[in-house]
Amino acid sequence: MDDILLQVLNGLDKGGAYALIALGLTIIFGTLGVVNFAHGALFMLGAFCAVTVKAVLGFEKVALDPTRLTAWGTPVEIRTTYVEAWFGDFGTLLLNFSVPVSIVIAIPIMLLIGIAMERGLIRYFYKRSHAEQILVTFGLAIVLQEIVKSQFGANPIPQPAPEAARGMIDFGAMIGMQAGGVVYPAWRLIYFLFSLLVIAAVFSFLQFTTFGMVVRAGMADRETVGLLGIDIDRRFTIVFGMAAVVAGLAGVMYTPILSPDYHMGMDFLVLSFVVVVVGGMGSLPGAVVAGFLLGIVQSFASMNEVKNIIPGIDQIIIYLIAVVVLLIRPRGLMGRKGVMEH
Amino acid sequence: MYKASSRKSDLLLLAGFTVAVLLAPFILGPVGAGYPDLLQKFAIFGIFALGFNILFGLTGYLSFGHAAFLGVGSYAAVWTFKLFSMNPILAVIIATVVGGVFAVAIGFISLRRSGIYFSILTLALAQMSYNLAYSVLTPITNGETGLQLAQSDPRILDVAFGRDYGAVLPSSDFFGIHMTGYPGYYFCAALFVLCFFLSMRIFRSPFGMMLRAVKSNQNRMRYTGLNVRPYTLAAFVISGMYAGLAGGLLAVTDPLAGAERMQWTASGEVVLMTILGGAGTLLGPVIGAGVIKYFENIFSAFNEGVLEQIFSFLPEFLQHAMVSISSMFVGEGWHLTLGALFMVIVIFLPGGLMEGFSRIWQRLRRMTKRDDDKPVEPSSVPAE
Repeated sequence: MDDILLQVLNGLDKGGAYALIALGLTIIFGTLGVVNFAHGALFMLGAFCAVTVKAVLGFEKVALDPTRLTAWGTPVEIRTTYVEAWFGDFGTLLLNFSVPVSIVIAIPIMLLIGIAMERGLIRYFYKRSHAEQILVTFGLAIVLQEIVKSQFGANPIPQPAPEAARGMIDFGAMIGMQAGGVVYPAWRLIYFLFSLLVIAAVFSFLQFTTFGMVVRAGMADRETVGLLGIDIDRRFTIVFGMAAVVAGLAGVMYTPILSPDYHMGMDFLVLSFVVVVVGGMGSLPGAVVAGFLLGIVQSFASMNEVKNIIPGIDQIIIYLIAVVVLLIRPRGLMGRKGVMEH
Repeated sequence: MYKASSRKSDLLLLAGFTVAVLLAPFILGPVGAGYPDLLQKFAIFGIFALGFNILFGLTGYLSFGHAAFLGVGSYAAVWTFKLFSMNPILAVIIATVVGGVFAVAIGFISLRRSGIYFSILTLALAQMSYNLAYSVLTPITNGETGLQLAQSDPRILDVAFGRDYGAVLPSSDFFGIHMTGYPGYYFCAALFVLCFFLSMRIFRSPFGMMLRAVKSNQNRMRYTGLNVRPYTLAAFVISGMYAGLAGGLLAVTDPLAGAERMQWTASGEVVLMTILGGAGTLLGPVIGAGVIKYFENIFSAFNEGVLEQIFSFLPEFLQHAMVSISSMFVGEGWHLTLGALFMVIVIFLPGGLMEGFSRIWQRLRRMTKRDDDKPVEPSSVPAE
């Protein structure tokens, strides 16, 4: 029982990342009808927002202390970061919480990147074939990835979680089971809760605001909304920016779990596409459900007990599920009729 | 859109192509591409792109997992070397067959859907093969190290025919001719010409016509009572066999096989080759493959020192600026150039270089024949 609960938990954080990326992908499918192969790159850019913020916060001022000498007779160097020098304890706190702090920075940056991408490139591809959309966003993904590689290098850059969240949580004891049975890294649980929060925010934005209502109407019938005198293009631009923010936030918060490197985007993109296909193109609940489902299934498949029966199942289980789903339910688990049928 | 071409012009094209391939070492010498390693790559990736074009150019099905067949072909060829014989003929045949069989399996599943679903399915299946090659299938693929020859390999056919390679690590040889350098190139070139001929026959055949029909209007094709699936599956398998052959040739010229050949970047590269040259045209993919491999070779070799020499005519501060900007695009950053090229081509020239050529040709004709008041329709090749 403990093992099963542990595997479910294991799947939740990865599933959260899949769900967030897939949510953005499927929003873009549904509204703009564009296949965005650069969405993984947005996830990666979000992660590198966190890297940049930490690097900027970590700028150090070097002072020499002439009263103390090192073994070589030179004055001792005292390194303090500027934020600590300027803000004192608050600076230390900032450094410690660099990953959550990055969220504040990442939101406007990702929004700008998303809007720039849509206005600068994607909008010229609405009328062109899906193959061309795939190709141009694929090219964009390579470009973004290589720029990041040339700026940050090819090696993963570890990002620590805030100290308070670095430990383990005795999850079993929290829900009234035997203490010590299910012990789990705190940050992963935080990630899961965070992803739920973002998902809830996106859904309530689309469900309860006038803006969201227009967007939903536009998803259902773009032409009619245009005829009613609403500038649907501008709303869709903002929706694209929003999808970029969601992917970026998923990336920012994922950095303590997986040290970001330049190709993390593509690794996640392929899986997120599978998630979208399994959930059903253009279906928002489908993307979320399939994201968590596949995350959990994957974590069960990487249990040693399962791997002993079918070796290598953890590597292929997601793809197998996608193939089976596409063959028996071509529209995906919750796909709507008429969305991306061709 | 599609113009029936005469037998004679086809023969001329084939003859011209053959001569160009045979004389490539001399023709490409002056531009610095006249050495065998690069020429082998031209021929091999030319075959790969020709095959991809049969699927993508004719039927419009965009496969994002073709590198899987290339990788499988390489593994098959190296295993043939290890188990049976160092003769490349057997290796190439087995690589082609294995590529084809693999394509039947993947095509059977992924061709149930079309459009982006097809692209994603092929991408997912190729990524799955890549993961498997890296992890569980390590006994077959030798994982990260890559599959290599060893002195202790059985090579039963070689042993049966009394060939002994002594104490050195054998390289593939065609009845005593080593498949490196120019002999290796001409071995690839012979198959390249054969593949080009086959591809031309397919383009001109009723079967090719059916594939074009799949691209232009599947529904109408179904209404006429034709089943689309066998045609698309056949095209998929043929292009998989081309890719398997190309993978086999990679192993023939350099007998090792690694999983990185199956990665999605490799799949993306062949897509780029095809659209750069012009998808759906006979010669386009060959040109695209040549251009990309040529620039890859040149750009990857650049480093800051070379760049400083190139920009040495500029004043110093400009020189530094130019070097630091352009160094992002060369050497390690070659992929950045590739990605940017990808976008530029798709945005501005979706028909590829072949469309560019034909546009220039039309303009020239119009300029020379001003007094002809017959307007010339710009013939654009739709690239999907």
